[in-house]
Amino acid sequence: MTFQVELVSPEAITYQGEAEMVIARTVGGGDIAFQPGHVPFIGVLAVWSVDVVRPDGDRDTFAVHRGFVQVAGTKISILSDVSEAAGDIDIERARASKAAAESALSADKDNADAEGALSRADVRLAVAGAEG
Amino acid sequence: MAGGRERVLRRRIGSVQNTKKITRAMELIAATRVVKAQQRARAARPYAEQITSVIENLAAGGAEVDHPLLRQAEKVERVGVIVISSDRGLAGPYNSTVIKAAERQVQNARSEGADYSLIVIGKKASDYFAFRKYAIDSFTMGISDNPTYEDARRIADEVSALFSEGSIDRVELVYTEFISLGRQKVATRRFLPLESTETIAAEAGDDAGLSGAFEFEPSPEAVLESLLPRYVEARLFGALLDSAASEHASRQRAMKAATDNAEELITKLSREMNQARQDAITTEIMEIVGGAEAMGSGNESEEPAPVGAQN
Repeated sequence: MTFQVELVSPEAITYQGEAEMVIARTVGGGDIAFQPGHVPFIGVLAVWSVDVVRPDGDRDTFAVHRGFVQVAGTKISILSDVSEAAGDIDIERARASKAAAESALSADKDNADAEGALSRADVRLAVAGAEG
Repeated sequence: MAGGRERVLRRRIGSVQNTKKITRAMELIAATRVVKAQQRARAARPYAEQITSVIENLAAGGAEVDHPLLRQAEKVERVGVIVISSDRGLAGPYNSTVIKAAERQVQNARSEGADYSLIVIGKKASDYFAFRKYAIDSFTMGISDNPTYEDARRIADEVSALFSEGSIDRVELVYTEFISLGRQKVATRRFLPLESTETIAAEAGDDAGLSGAFEFEPSPEAVLESLLPRYVEARLFGALLDSAASEHASRQRAMKAATDNAEELITKLSREMNQARQDAITTEIMEIVGGAEAMGSGNESEEPAPVGAQN
């Protein structure tokens, strides 16, 4: 059994395909895996990755920085204004922005922008498979 | 001088021809851009539709929150007007119609006894309002012919912040709706406060309300709360994309008309020039013949003037 997965950004549909399972993380709800036949569901996504398990067993991983997931019938849509496929992530840039965010945070602990930038950089690095 | 008129006309034809080359080039550029802008507008539709469908499902689930973006002011003291124009001219009536519609909104606000706040996108509208001494509260240029979501988000955030803190009580969005290549229409839409979720759902009114019992994570209210700002951004982005497509379509049409006019003018001027040249030649021949006759009557043996040699 598979279902339709769509990754929709405000500018275009960035990914479309069949999947056996989709794993995401919602705000306050922790990781959640969707399989075909899941009850209708709407959730706010945390700054984390979204894994799409394709019917052939391969995984497509995306860094999703904010957005929503909607499951309805045989379709799952991920709406996000910032999502990147693992292959598109510039590891050097993510490292640099992580370092910049860390130094900004050490100067000012309550810097919300830097905190956000740090968590985004972390997700990018995790998704791209390059730790630290 | 007999050749003077001809020379003047020849110069004018040359300049009209150059103008025609420019307008033709602009027409072709606009034609390719309008296709691109249309594609972008089409590509952006799924997101807006999905966001609306989530709101519909939330409404069906009975989620209502007291969100700042839904605040209905008891008395409107300040009306925000967002106007989307272009940075460059030569687009026919595109800018003037949208600017006039925006000015009307400002006047409406004044007649209601409210102050206004102009949020201007595009240099043309800014020039117009600045010249007439309107106060412009926010001005963005360089985005109107190829807007990105980032631009839409920045402006939407700015406007939402002003609205949430209560310094404006209502926001109207004035832009140009792209209906088809041949038809664009100025549209004025209530931007903020947002309608209640039920109204949004009812307006979309298609089958998207898959009224099943949805589960919400973390809660319907929390989903709605993070969804509404996205909805505002997506709406502004949609309006920006529509305006961009309309701008290019208007420019294409205006430039096509200009090229056609130039062509017509060239034909007319060429006829005039040919006539002038003919006149000049006739006059010259008459002068030569007259001169030769006058000389011939005086000295028969003289060769006639080298008329033939010149031809």
